[in-house]
Amino acid sequence: MLELEDIQHYLLARPNAVIAQYNFITFHNAEAGRKWVEALIPTVGTAQSVLAANPNDMRWVSLAFTWNGLQKLGVSEEELATFPEAFRQGMAARAAMLGDTGINHPDNWEDNMASEDLHAVVILFARDKDERERCIKKHQEYLDQTPGVEILSTLLLEAVPPLDYVHEHFGYRDRITTPVIEGMVIGAKGEVAISTGPKEESRIPEFTSTSPGSHLPSKPGEFFLGYPDETGVIPLQPQPEVLSKNGSYLAYRKMQEHVGAFRNFLKQNGKTIEEQELVAAKLMGRWRKTGAPLVLSPDKDDRELGFDNQRNNNFDYEKMDPHGYACPVGSHCRRMNVRDTSVSRIMNRRLIIRRGGTYGPYLPDDAPDDGANRGIAVFAGCADISRQFEFLISVWANDPEFEHLNERDPFAGSIDGAFEVTIPKRPIKKKLKGLQAFTTVRGGAYFFLPGIKALKYLASLQ
Amino acid sequence: MSDNNNSWATPAALALPKEGYFELESGRYGPTFPKTPANYGFTIIVKVKEGREDIIREYGKTIEAAVKDSPNVLEPLKLHFLRWVLFDVGSGLHFMYQGIFDTDFDKYMEDAIALFNSTGVTTVFVNLEGFPEDWKTNIDAVTKFFREHQRPSFLEYGEYPYVSAAEVKSALKLKAAFSEMLDQMQ
Ligand code: HEM
Repeated sequence: MLELEDIQHYLLARPNAVIAQYNFITFHNAEAGRKWVEALIPTVGTAQSVLAANPNDMRWVSLAFTWNGLQKLGVSEEELATFPEAFRQGMAARAAMLGDTGINHPDNWEDNMASEDLHAVVILFARDKDERERCIKKHQEYLDQTPGVEILSTLLLEAVPPLDYVHEHFGYRDRITTPVIEGMVIGAKGEVAISTGPKEESRIPEFTSTSPGSHLPSKPGEFFLGYPDETGVIPLQPQPEVLSKNGSYLAYRKMQEHVGAFRNFLKQNGKTIEEQELVAAKLMGRWRKTGAPLVLSPDKDDRELGFDNQRNNNFDYEKMDPHGYACPVGSHCRRMNVRDTSVSRIMNRRLIIRRGGTYGPYLPDDAPDDGANRGIAVFAGCADISRQFEFLISVWANDPEFEHLNERDPFAGSIDGAFEVTIPKRPIKKKLKGLQAFTTVRGGAYFFLPGIKALKYLASLQ
Repeated sequence: MSDNNNSWATPAALALPKEGYFELESGRYGPTFPKTPANYGFTIIVKVKEGREDIIREYGKTIEAAVKDSPNVLEPLKLHFLRWVLFDVGSGLHFMYQGIFDTDFDKYMEDAIALFNSTGVTTVFVNLEGFPEDWKTNIDAVTKFFREHQRPSFLEYGEYPYVSAAEVKSALKLKAAFSEMLDQMQ
């Protein structure tokens, strides 16, 4: 049973917010850091409080730390050594393995992401701009009280218009699929209960009712430390238990989206709007405007299908599209969730909970690329950075040998310069060559998102 | 890569330095080993626990049955060949586990552990000295065990170098389809 009163809400309840801000923080000394953590604890929303709150009330913050940050706060060397290697090293140190080379290399990252001084991130959500101003002001007051704590960088996240559907800058509808956690149901009055079936009424439908064809509900230990995972037992945890219990890891990834290059690509490869939409869908595995899966609707978009969560995940690749004639093997969705037992039998151990949003100015459909920095800034929540996040990026997104394609994921891949995309087609496959990268990695880091008791423990360290 | 040219047509040999790699490249769990004309692979040699020979030999049959039962059971591991050998050259009984793969084993470590578990293979390692007791949950410890007992090659040769199992299979399928076509044209 998940301890919802101790778990930060971030991975469980998606705030009803169109604006967020990430404040990346450095501590100049332990005492100041601890004081700042202590001051913020009352504002950190637990899963329970956020689920019970008025949906319009989203003044909650989330608070997570890098390994360097935990060290700076005074966690003992002995305890620090019990954290997994990936987290201890940090994302920048593992760039070569992840595939972040060339222009994607940490030397080129922004926002001081590769800095040893990056110690924490505060995620602030807001319903609107005024609310955000108020939150930022409030956070600034905390900072003013603790001169040894400073903002290294900030990033403003704002939904891309039109706001009638959630999408990123290329225009792809997002937030369709997400893992479901076993045993979690929130009753109509906000009471927490154990799930007895997919039909329970709930305040957070995405976590309580699985849409047909998606993964079976995950064991809580796949995302929260201190619980049994898919092996049936509780894996070894960092020490002391009060620090790790109810915590999760967040792998942060900031990727710039080159919207102009992407639109040019569509124009070069499609004469009509319909052809362009088909090419866009082939890269993603889902139709752009609706998210309708290509496997179920290979030739044209289907709005009803896209928005019907009883159907929009109800497919596999192995039996329904083994050669990728509908959905290319190298498309983003097919790489990130293979739905094919010849590729993986342990898909349930490779899941991440995706959080985050888009940053940078909206580029209207007919506007030429203005060169502005825009993209996605996402956190992948998991219990094992290496097995879950790093595997997805280093193998399924960036390993040229994945399914013998000699390519990378057109979106999540770290592409440097020109690249290729194979679109299986009869009689012979179509290979689109010399494409300019659509995305560039601009930053990344590994954070630990502690439970509330753990935050108190950190604040009380001597 | 074989996809792009006819490198498969020219046999190739590659001598490797003592470490088994030319340049240190890290995977998620430690150094990775390069692709050679004989693809990727490993040779793991470990001392067998006292009195376990028969149990280990029995596992040969377990694997045979598992694959017969479900021919695709090992597919996610991207394997070409496995070779298990028991030998004693005067220092006690040792188990040699040699595998030829299409990918570095670092990448599919968790898949391998899960598969071994489901086919009963893992228990073969339990009969080897030093295999971690908590192998089910401690991937780091299992990986460390394999790495410590890995004996890298210093020469690898391929008569049809760098070819993946998938390519071999699709070439043979194509051949079968052609002969079928020729039959039909008689
Ligand atoms: C600019 C880069 C990216 C873009 C434009 C993008 C876009 C999308 C879109 C539109 C979807 C389909 C919506 C859905 O199924 O909910 C999706 C799915 C997904 N993406 Fe990304 N993504 C990007 C980067 C990443 C990264 C870096 C990761 C990994 C950390 C990732 C992991 C996933 C996963 C796991 C899915 C779900 C696939 C499924 O279950 O079918 N994406 N992405």
